Parts: sequence; structure tokens; C-alpha cells
Amino acid sequence: MDKEYVGFAALPNQLHRKSVKKGFDFTLMVAGESGLGKSTLINSLFLTNLYEDRQVPEASARLTQTLTIERRGVEIEEGGVKVKLTLVDTPGFGDSVDCSDCWLPVVRFIEEQFEQYLRDESGLNRKNIQDSRVHCCLYFISPFGRGLRPLDVAFLRAVHEKVNIIPVIGKADALMPKETQALKQKIRDQLKEEEINIYQFPECDSDEDEDFKRQDAEMKGSIPFAVVGSCEVVRDGGTRPVRGRRYSWGTVEVENPQHCDFLNLRRMLVQTHLQDLKEVTHDLLYEGYRARCLQSLARPGARDRTSRSKLSRQSATEIPLPMLPLAETEKLIREKDEELRRMQEMLEKMQAQMQQSQAQGEQSDAL
Amino acid sequence: MSELVPEPRPKPAVPMKPVSINSNLLGYIGIDTIIEQMRKKTMKTGFDFNIMVVGQSGLGKSTLVNTLFKSQVSRKASSWNREEKIPKTVEIKAIGHVIEEGGVKMKLTVIDTPGFGDQINNENCWEPIEKYINEQYEKFLKEEVNIARKKRIPDTRVHCCLYFISPTGHSLRPLDLEFMKHLSKVVNIIPVIAKADTMTLEEKSEFKQRVRKELEVNGIEFYPQKEFDEDLEDKTENDKIRQESMPFAVVGSDKEYQVNGKRVLGRKTPWGIIEVENLNHCEFALLRDFVIRTHLQDLKEVTHNIHYETYRAKRLNDNGGLPPVSVDTEESHESNP
Repeated sequence: MDKEYVGFAALPNQLHRKSVKKGFDFTLMVAGESGLGKSTLINSLFLTNLYEDRQVPEASARLTQTLTIERRGVEIEEGGVKVKLTLVDTPGFGDSVDCSDCWLPVVRFIEEQFEQYLRDESGLNRKNIQDSRVHCCLYFISPFGRGLRPLDVAFLRAVHEKVNIIPVIGKADALMPKETQALKQKIRDQLKEEEINIYQFPECDSDEDEDFKRQDAEMKGSIPFAVVGSCEVVRDGGTRPVRGRRYSWGTVEVENPQHCDFLNLRRMLVQTHLQDLKEVTHDLLYEGYRARCLQSLARPGARDRTSRSKLSRQSATEIPLPMLPLAETEKLIREKDEELRRMQEMLEKMQAQMQQSQAQGEQSDAL
Repeated sequence: MSELVPEPRPKPAVPMKPVSINSNLLGYIGIDTIIEQMRKKTMKTGFDFNIMVVGQSGLGKSTLVNTLFKSQVSRKASSWNREEKIPKTVEIKAIGHVIEEGGVKMKLTVIDTPGFGDQINNENCWEPIEKYINEQYEKFLKEEVNIARKKRIPDTRVHCCLYFISPTGHSLRPLDLEFMKHLSKVVNIIPVIAKADTMTLEEKSEFKQRVRKELEVNGIEFYPQKEFDEDLEDKTENDKIRQESMPFAVVGSDKEYQVNGKRVLGRKTPWGIIEVENLNHCEFALLRDFVIRTHLQDLKEVTHNIHYETYRAKRLNDNGGLPPVSVDTEESHESNP
């Protein structure tokens, strides 16, 4: 036995075992107009039939329908790991003739989850905090349009600072390969133009091998993911059974990377970045919300942004309204770090005031 | 602007079918050559056809019209990278072409409606379209009531409106219902399911059933309207189309590929080639035959005898039974109503 062996290299294993025992919470929001294959894709991703009892109302019923938020929970277990998956659906989005402000209920919902977490975190009993915050929003873009529609842009701008957005092109089997490429490029250009921040998959470590780096770059280059979903298995006479959609002219295979980006999406969302999505939600998006909230609590009269002399940073990133002008990835990482540091400082400052207002807040717990 | 007044529709102004006389003719007279005479005249003068396309952007409207008439007759060149921005309000863009086939000349006008259904708030976005259609009726009416009438009044009236339904697989969208409710009494609407290559056979058939039911429940009569079937033959033929085939699930394309040694119009995907004119793949051929090969003349007649007459009656009524004063001077065009 090696005398220099201490043994804390076993720590990751311990953490792993603990989290396997504890299970894993994840809240995924799915948004986009109806008919883009959202439910089918979710069923395909998680190999469940979450939407079995769903009723899609007729057009005349949807004339004046307001957007509702629906939550469905499912527990999935695989390899001993339990995942408690919560799906948030937004039926009615983009359906009505007049869709003005139809995204407001979604924004409100996301903020409510932050609010709830903030209250729980500041409360006395923190042992069993339920994390109902939305960790990721899969936004479905129509393959029939010419890129983002005005409604897409409005929705994305309203939520991009509050939730991790992963844009996908639904029903991608409507497109020929060249059309898919052109549409993806158009969407990427539009996202840049409209300054919409989608979830940035982190850079892979520099010590990874070339193959992995290439694969990683390829996956990142295929965003927005052009997906096709299916829960039906097609068994064509000599070939092996595949999950797909059978047409008179051929069969689209969901898990064939030549046909669509389903595998990429599944890999990046479920297999590699589930934890990172949660972390970014907590460290960046939630902290941003919390900071804004506490600032306005601590100084009820100081809504005036110009009188922020106490805080040292001059940039616009500290305004309560989410107007982070994040441009490039490196800048984002740098600012992410800086914000975390700044949050720490502010936290210390607020501690004293929090304890005071907390005592009062507990009594009038009308929240 | 125009509310749907529940007026009784005027009876079609088509002359009654002549009673057939005892056909024991003693010799051949030659009245049947009238068909040939009419045909010759039509070939000489050519005819007008005005088709409007309505639907959200990206549903393949321009490509489909180009495919229908096998020429680049639509507003845009059919390359995918169209850089044009979505207009803020619905625009009406009419483009005319003369196409010729078998010695017959057709002056085809394609009326595009960019901007329809693309905004966040699409309230009343059908109004510019309704206005345009009525304006064409008005133009015709003014010519008709002129003292010195032209030999052939230029016909810019919309004979056919193809309405593109998005292939959601669920049902119609509220905007679809609203549009068709307002416009089906003013123009011949032919609903088509666009980009139908995203639906499997079962999905297609279910979707079509649901759409037909929804249209029926909402009292929307698309062309061919039941009330204008002239005789039993028409009725049976049209019933079959109305209850089984429509709305046609179509795919359009302007690219050709080699399939089994033939060049066909289609879309090439990694999982197969979709042939536009293959009835196993989509119903484009049915739509084309319906609009062009069998019902073209009927579309024009219903427009003239029903929709236009309704408009005219309403206008004259509003005016107290007097014809509207017309003082415009348009250049004369050769055309048939």
C-alpha cells in the first residue's frame, strides 16, 4: 500500500453515491405553438407516454383561449439513478388570433418559482427545499417559417434572462438538408441580431482528445437542433426495427444522425448537461433574480437607478431589469465569475439587513 | 367592413337546361359543331384566370402555384434563401403572366398576400384581402353600368382563393376559421393542407376528417359549394370531392430528380424522394386536375354568377336601386368575363 495515498480521490464516488441515493430533480419547460411535435418529442426523449390523456381542443374553442401552464411529473429510473422530472407545458401559446402578451403568464410562472425558492431559502426550515425552478426551456420553432417569427422573438426576449433556452426546430422531417442548414443559419443570425441569449453549452476541457473536441464542436454547430420525434417502432421487412415515422417514400429514423439531431439533443440535454443546466439556473439566473429582489427590498425608496453609488461596478448589469448585454462566450464566462464574486460581497452586506427584515417578514407571511 | 348579412342568395343566373326535343331528326343539322366554334373562339381570344393564395409565410404558397402552372408565375423566385422581411400589414401583390398550352392562351394573375397571419396580433388581418376582392367586383360593376361598354370587360375578379392550412396534425387554427368564415361568402375558397410531407398516411386522413368536421360545424362552405351543384351528376362528383378528397394535402416543388429513370418534380431527403405528382405521396395531382382540368370554367362561372351578383345586388340595393355613377376611363383589355 502506498504511504502517500490519502484517499480523498474517492470523494467523487461518495458524492455520486449520495446523489444516486438522493435522486435528482429536473424541471423542463416546453414552449412553442401547437402542432410542432412537442409532446411527441418529450415522449421520445424520455421514453414515456406523458401525454396519453391529452385532449387538444378544437379551433373554435381556442379562439379566445388564454395561455395556461400545465405541470406533469414523472419519475424515471435508470441504472439505479432516480430522476424526478417535471414537465411544464404551455398549451395555448401562439394559438389565438391575437397573441399579444401571451408570454406574460410564462414569465410570471418562472419568476414565481424563483420567488418560492427565495422564500424557502430564507426560511427557517431549509432541510427539504423543493426546487421547482425551471432549469431549461426547450423552445420549438416552426420548420415552415423563414426563421424566427415575431412571436418567437417576443417570447424569447421575455424569458432569455430568466431561464436556459435551448431552441429546437420541430417536425424537422419537413425540410430537405439544404433547407435545414439555411433555416438554422437564419435562426442563429436572428438570435444574434435580436440579442437573445440562449443556453451556452460550456467549452470542453482543453485536455480532451481531438475526436471529442471535434464531436463537441459539431454538436454545438448543429444548434438549433432540428428534431423529429416518434414513439412508434417501424419494422420494415429485412432491416432492424427503428423508432421512426413511416412515409410512402421512406422512413425517417429518429435516432439516425443523418436524418435529424435527436441524438445530439438527447446527448447534450440528458446525458451531459443536465447538471450544468441546473447549476446555471441556480448560479446565474436565480442569483440574478435574487439580487434584484433583495436590492428592491433593502432600499424600498431607491428605485432610482442613478443613485447606485454603493455598488462599485459601473456597467449596466446591475439594473434590476434583466438587460445583461452579454455578447461573446468568453465575456459571458468572465462576467459570470465576476457576478458570483459580487454576489458574495453583496450577500455579506445584506446579511445584517436581511436578519432584521426576516424577523418581521416571518410574522406577516402572507407571501 | 362588410358584415355577413344573412340575405337570401340570388338564384344562379344560369339559363335553365333546354328541354330536349324529340330527337328523331331526319338528317344531320350540325348544331353540335357549336362546341368546336366556341373552342376556336376561346383559343383566339384566350381567357383570364385570377388565383389568390392566402396563408402564413413559409407554407409553400409561391412554390405550389409555380408547380401548378409549371412556370415561374409567382411573386418570388423559388430559391429558399429569401431575404425579404415579413411585412407589418397584409399586402396584396398581383402578378400577371400569359402562359400558353396547345394553342390556348391564358392570362394568369397570381395574387399573393404576404403578411397574412404572421404578426403577433392578427386581428382582422383578412380585411385588406376582403377589401381587394370587393374592389375587383366594384371595378367590374362600374364597367358594366357604363353607357358605352367595352366589348370585353377586363376581369380582375378573384376566381379562386387557395387557403393554406398549416399541417399541425391537430385541427384548424382560430385564424383559419376566422378567415374562412369571413371570406367564404365572397370568394371561392379552396382549402389545401400545405407541406403535407410531414404527415404519415394515418395522420393525414385523421387531420382531414377533423378539418372537414370543423368547417362543417362552423358553417363554412368551401368550393365546390353544395348549393350550387346544378344537377345530380355534378352533385355526385362534387360530393365525392367534398367528403373524401378535400382539403387536398399537397407538396410543391420546383426541383427535379431522377426516379426510376424518369425526371420528376420532388423533394429529396435522406430517407427518400417525395414525388409531387405521385398520388401515393401527396394529392398535388388531384388539386391540379380539380382546379385546372375540370373546374376551371366552373370557378369562373360561380364567381361571376354568384359572388359577383351578390355583390352587385347589395350595391344596387344600398344605392336605392340605382346603378352607381361611373366616370373612370380604363384602357381596354381583351378578356372574357
